[in-house]
Amino acid sequence: MRNSNEIIDDIANKEYEFGFTTDIEMDIAPAGLNEEIIRFISAKKEEPEWLLEWRLKGYQAFKKMQLPSWQHFPMPAIDFQAVSYYAAPKKKKQLASLDEVDPELLATFEKLGIPLNEQKALSGVAVDAVFDSVSVATTFKGKLKEMGVIFCSFGEAVREHPDLVKKYLGSVVPHSDNIFAALNAAVFSDGSFVYIPKGVRCPMELSTYFRINAQNTGQFERTLIIADDNSYVSYLEGCTAPMRDENQLHAAVVELVALDHAEIKYSTVQNWYPGDKDGKGGIYNFVTKRGICKGNSSKISWTQVETGSAITWKYPSVILQGDDAQGEFYSVAVVRNKQIADTGTKIYHLGRNTRSRIISKGISAGQGDNTYRGLVQVGPRAHNARNFTQCDSLLIGNRCGAHTFPYIESRNKSATVEHEATTSKIGEDQIFYLNQRGIDTEKAVALIVNGYAKEVLNQLPMEFAVEAQKLLSITLEGSVG
Amino acid sequence: MLTIKNLHAEVDGKAILKGIDLEIRKGEVHAIMGPNGSGKSSLASVLAGRENYTVTQGEVNFDGKELLELSPEDRAREGVFLAFQYPVEIPGVSNLNFLKTALNEIRAYKGLPALEAKEFLKLTKEKQQLVDFNANLMNRSLNEGFSGGEKKRNEIFQLAMLDPKLGILDETDSGLDIDALRIVANGVNKLRGPEKSFLLITHYQRLLDYIIPDFVHVLYNGRIVKTGTKELALELEEKGYDWLREAEVHV
Repeated sequence: MRNSNEIIDDIANKEYEFGFTTDIEMDIAPAGLNEEIIRFISAKKEEPEWLLEWRLKGYQAFKKMQLPSWQHFPMPAIDFQAVSYYAAPKKKKQLASLDEVDPELLATFEKLGIPLNEQKALSGVAVDAVFDSVSVATTFKGKLKEMGVIFCSFGEAVREHPDLVKKYLGSVVPHSDNIFAALNAAVFSDGSFVYIPKGVRCPMELSTYFRINAQNTGQFERTLIIADDNSYVSYLEGCTAPMRDENQLHAAVVELVALDHAEIKYSTVQNWYPGDKDGKGGIYNFVTKRGICKGNSSKISWTQVETGSAITWKYPSVILQGDDAQGEFYSVAVVRNKQIADTGTKIYHLGRNTRSRIISKGISAGQGDNTYRGLVQVGPRAHNARNFTQCDSLLIGNRCGAHTFPYIESRNKSATVEHEATTSKIGEDQIFYLNQRGIDTEKAVALIVNGYAKEVLNQLPMEFAVEAQKLLSITLEGSVG
Repeated sequence: MLTIKNLHAEVDGKAILKGIDLEIRKGEVHAIMGPNGSGKSSLASVLAGRENYTVTQGEVNFDGKELLELSPEDRAREGVFLAFQYPVEIPGVSNLNFLKTALNEIRAYKGLPALEAKEFLKLTKEKQQLVDFNANLMNRSLNEGFSGGEKKRNEIFQLAMLDPKLGILDETDSGLDIDALRIVANGVNKLRGPEKSFLLITHYQRLLDYIIPDFVHVLYNGRIVKTGTKELALELEEKGYDWLREAEVHV
């Protein structure tokens, strides 16, 4: 009979499923961060002058900033000069259609479960595939265009829709917001752009799949989503990376803008390489995500399932500027081995009758360390603002950690702010009970964890909820103590 | 069906079972009674394979297999069912989903295909009626927010669904009012049959008014000190357990 310690050891040795590398000819910029590299990236992408200037402003801001020190883990020393800021598969010529995408790249995404061939693709989901620094393909563009929906790579948006990009770029996350956002402003290479016109309900799920492949690079993508009056869009991002011994930096920025009565639902299934059982390697995931409910009765909802990365540092936020606007944050964050997650949300209630809901489920196993950090701020004009926060931690084993730092700042007496928190352990009693009904320990843990995270998983688009459930089970396989 | 020979077990180095011998044949219902701390629930835990119990001596044969060699889940799959004294709550996992998982795991072990949704639901309805289980509790999270009585009734319902060879009821009657007790007992009586055996662990005689056992054993200080029929239970009810202290000396 296997005891729990043996089962714990098993999980530590569990291989990361997406750790393979793709062998493909690449254009890689030399390592180092300076004005020259920024000009190089901008030139490579044939950008207009204003965008180069904006990048350089970001770089100036970055140079004046220090790494943050308030998070609940020792910040690793990151050598920004050792990273290559541009890596792209060599292009033979401009691509006219998906058929011309390098077969090696198509095979890579197929292996990741993201077929880019429209016949094979999940119906109802359009995908933008980002490989290292560039977008390699976007599916169903034609179909979306018929409805006026713009879904393309960021680079293409700069060329084709410069007015929209110029108007909204940096309007939610300014170039000087924080050191990682400033770095991103300076060197961002690609990402996705979405515009939903007035009155349109986007007919399919939009999704971007991020893949880091090259060595000694980082990924610095930018996503900008604008939902015009009375529109709706559901967007999902997924990400993986090969297993490498050194840490790789991922510093993305996501900006969401919801105008009057618009709704944006943004879901993330984050599965970057988490490092090995001793904490060697893995992605440093330092991401700035923020949305603004600019219009009245607009709504932004973040859902995240975070299972990967050596370190996750992200706080998807919502600024509730319009009256009657709503913000939501649903999160499941899993850490095991020596993973660290410091994640949560910030909700700013500015408009009247604004409402927000925060559901955070942390799961810690192995020697993982999980922190929920949240801020709910109610401004003086936000009459009748309401917030409900529920923040639960689940511990598996005796060597992991769970921490909660909720901040509440209210400057309006009519506001209602509620916070509930629980911490529980997967009990031996629960496991034994399930064992006694014929269910083995691994299945028992999967059952308990999926039950625990259900409220969040239910928020995911259906096609991905099943995937996320499986991912949770695989990630935690055997982590009982 | 079940043969226990000279079973000794301890928890944290403290001896709890000190040489149990017991034989349960197919279709028999045995009751084990005894005062608090006599080892009744420990016997149930050892048979089910709870991790913190260490067997130091003895053997248990279940339908031709060495039970103590098997993992808890394999014991369950072989047909040992324990109705818990304190059933646990598992938030977010529906009763239905849990039962389907359990049933299909047991079927897979026996080389049977998973039940189709339609067949499963049919079975569920049938067993609900058999043991008088409230259908509204099916879609609720497993035992979460259930009353004490509902939890115990859920144990009997699970027993009906999983159809084990041996059902061990660990103080299932404790904390039940008389109506709930009657429903639980009726459920067990309906499940009785030539192929199914029961081991009822109870502190009080009143359960045995409803489920008539074939044998009654008295467990005292880790040993079975007396075996008899239903009349023994009545005698215990009348005299209490104190007189057994002398009995133990003479064993």
